[in-house]
Amino acid sequence: MDFALTEEHRMVQRMVREFAQREVAPVIKEYDRAQEMAPFVLARMAELGILGICFPLRLGGQGMDYISLGLACEELEAVDTTLRVVMSVHVGLNSMALLQWGSEEQKERFLVPQARGEKIACFGLTEPGAGSDVAGITSSARREGEEYVLNGEKMWISLATKADHALIVARTDPKAPDPHDGLSAFMVELNSPGVKCGDIHGKLGVRAGSTGWLSFQDVHLPIENRLGEEGEGFKIAMSCLDNGRYTVAAGATGLIRASLEASVKYANERQAFGREIGKFQLVQQKIARMVQSYESARLLYLRAGWMKNQGLRNTRETSLAKWFATDASFEAAAEAIQVHGAYGYSDEYDVERYLRNAKGAIIYEGTSEIHQLMQAGYALGYRDDAPLRCELPAYDPDFWQT
Amino acid sequence: MEVTLKIVVCVKQVPDSAAKVVVENGQVTWGDAPLVINPWDEYAVETALRQQEAHGGEVTAISMGAENAKEALKHALAMGCQNAVLISDPALIGADSLLTARVLAAAIKKISGVDLAFFGRQAIDGDVGVTAAQTARVLGWPALTLVSAVSQLDPGVGTIQVERSVEEGRQVVEAKLPASISVVKDIGEPRYPSFMGIRKASRAEIPVWTLSDLGLEASAPVVTWPEITNPPKREVLTEIIAGDNPQEIAEKLVEKIIEEKVL
Repeated sequence: MDFALTEEHRMVQRMVREFAQREVAPVIKEYDRAQEMAPFVLARMAELGILGICFPLRLGGQGMDYISLGLACEELEAVDTTLRVVMSVHVGLNSMALLQWGSEEQKERFLVPQARGEKIACFGLTEPGAGSDVAGITSSARREGEEYVLNGEKMWISLATKADHALIVARTDPKAPDPHDGLSAFMVELNSPGVKCGDIHGKLGVRAGSTGWLSFQDVHLPIENRLGEEGEGFKIAMSCLDNGRYTVAAGATGLIRASLEASVKYANERQAFGREIGKFQLVQQKIARMVQSYESARLLYLRAGWMKNQGLRNTRETSLAKWFATDASFEAAAEAIQVHGAYGYSDEYDVERYLRNAKGAIIYEGTSEIHQLMQAGYALGYRDDAPLRCELPAYDPDFWQT
Repeated sequence: MEVTLKIVVCVKQVPDSAAKVVVENGQVTWGDAPLVINPWDEYAVETALRQQEAHGGEVTAISMGAENAKEALKHALAMGCQNAVLISDPALIGADSLLTARVLAAAIKKISGVDLAFFGRQAIDGDVGVTAAQTARVLGWPALTLVSAVSQLDPGVGTIQVERSVEEGRQVVEAKLPASISVVKDIGEPRYPSFMGIRKASRAEIPVWTLSDLGLEASAPVVTWPEITNPPKREVLTEIIAGDNPQEIAEKLVEKIIEEKVL
C-alpha cells in the first residue's frame, strides 16, 4: 500500500493552488458579493488546461490521471467552491460521461473541444419537480424519424448560461413499465433554436458561480446526439454522478482544509484572557475535529480516485466520500466561524463564505439523505451495482499521453 | 544559418516564503516547511523562456545545492526549460556568494557557448543579491543587474538592450553578449508549469555535476556567518487615550509623549 503522492501529483497540486491563490483569492469576495462569476475564470482554467486535466491527449486533454482531477478540485475549492463547481459539471458530469459512453464520433465532436476548453459543458438532470426522484423527470424527447424533439425544463443547472453543450436526461418512453427505463441521455448544443436559459440569483452560497435554468421548446436533436442507447438515460445519469460526486468530495475536502487553516491562523493570533485562543482546550477540540475530518475525507476521495485509475467500480466508495466530506465541510466551516467569534460572522473573513458554500453540496449530486440510504443499502445487502455496458475507462498512461 | 540562443538560468531552492524561519542553537531552521524554487528566480526563468521563444535556442536551468535542489530544477523544467543540471558536492556546504559564483561560472563554461545567463535579483533566504554580478565578474561578462525589461536582443549581432530599474528611474543599458542579467518583478509574471511540462519534469533524469566535474576545488568561504540570532521580540503595549473632546485627548497625548521621552 502506497499513500504517497507522486512527484507529478505534487506538481499538479502546486500549479492549481498557485493559480487559485494568485488569481482568484484576491478578488473572490468582490464577485461573491456581486453574485457574479469572475469573467476570467473559465478562460483561464481553459488556457491552463485544467478543464481537460484527466482526458487523453488524443482527445484534447492533458493526459493526467483521475487522482490529479481530485487534487485539482481540492485546491480549487480551498479558494472558492465556485471554481470546483466548474470542474464538477464541465469535467465530472459531462466530459467524463462522453469518455465513458460516447461513440468515437461523439468524442470527436463534443469531448475534444470540451477537453481543450474551447466549449464549456453542463449537465441537466434536475427539474423544477424532480430532484432526488430522478424517475419523476417530465422533460420529453419524442422520436420523429431521424430526430428527437426535446421539450421541458431543467433547474439548478450550474453554468446554464455559460455552457455551449449540455448533457440532458429526458423521457423517451412515457409508457415504460419502470419509469427509470423510459429515460435517455442527449448532448444538446445550447445555441439550438428553442433553447432558453437564465441565471438564478439570491442563493445562500456559491454566489460567485453561475447557477441557472434551461428550457427547451421543440428543440430538434439529430439522432447522433443521443448518448448511449435509448432507455439507458438513468444508468448514464447515475454513472455521471459517480464522477461528479468524486469532484464534489475532493472539493469539500479542500473546503475543510480552508476552514482548518483559517482557524489555526486565527487561533495563533487572537488573544483572549491574556493568551492566544489556541491555548484553550475548547478551541483545540474544534481544531482537532477539523484535522480528523480533513484527513478522513482526503483518504476517502483518494481511494475513490485510485479505484477510478484502476478501472474499478466505485459507486459505493464515491458516495461515501461525498457524503462524509460535504457534511464535514459544513461542520468545519461552522466551527471555523465559532473560532473566529464575531469576526467570523462578517465577510471581513472568509469563513462565513465557506459555510454558505458548504451547504449546497449537501443537497446536490445526491443529498446526504440519499447517500445514507445508499450506504445502508450496500451494508444490508439491498443494493448491488450491476456491471454497466460502458464502464469508465481505467487510466492508462500510455494511451492517455500519446 | 539561423543564430539561436543558448541560455542558462540559475535557480536556487529556498524555504517557502510562508515558512517561519527561526534560529535554534545557532542554526537557522524552517521546521518542516516545504522548499520551493526561489520566487525571484521564477521571474528569471520566465524571462529566459520568453527570449528563447522569441529567438529560438534552448534554456538550461542550473542550481547549486543538495539533492533536494532538484525540485527547483524540476519546477524550471515544468515551466518549459529544455535542460537542467544540478551542481552538488559536500564540499559546497556553507558556500558564500563568491564560491557560488565561481561554481556557477564554471558550470556555464562547461555548458559552453552560452549567450545569456539569467538570475533572480536575490535569493529570499540569504538575501545577499550579488551572485549575478559576481558570476559575471568571474566570467568576465557584463553584468546587467535589476533588469525590468529586455527591450532588444539581437543574437546575430550579439547585442542586448535592457531597462534597469534604478532608484532615480529607468536606465537603458546596452551590452555585448554574452551577458549576465538579474531581473526584477516588473519583467513579467512567471507562468505556471503546464501539465505537459509537469509530466516531462517528473520523468527527467537531472545530471549531477561535482566540483571535480567542473575542475574546481572548494575554497574556504570568504564570508561566513559566525553568529545568527533571532530578532529581538517586540513588546507592544496599546493604550487608548480617552477624553471628552479632541483638545483634551491631544493634551493628554502630548503629556504622555513627553513623559515617555519619545520626543
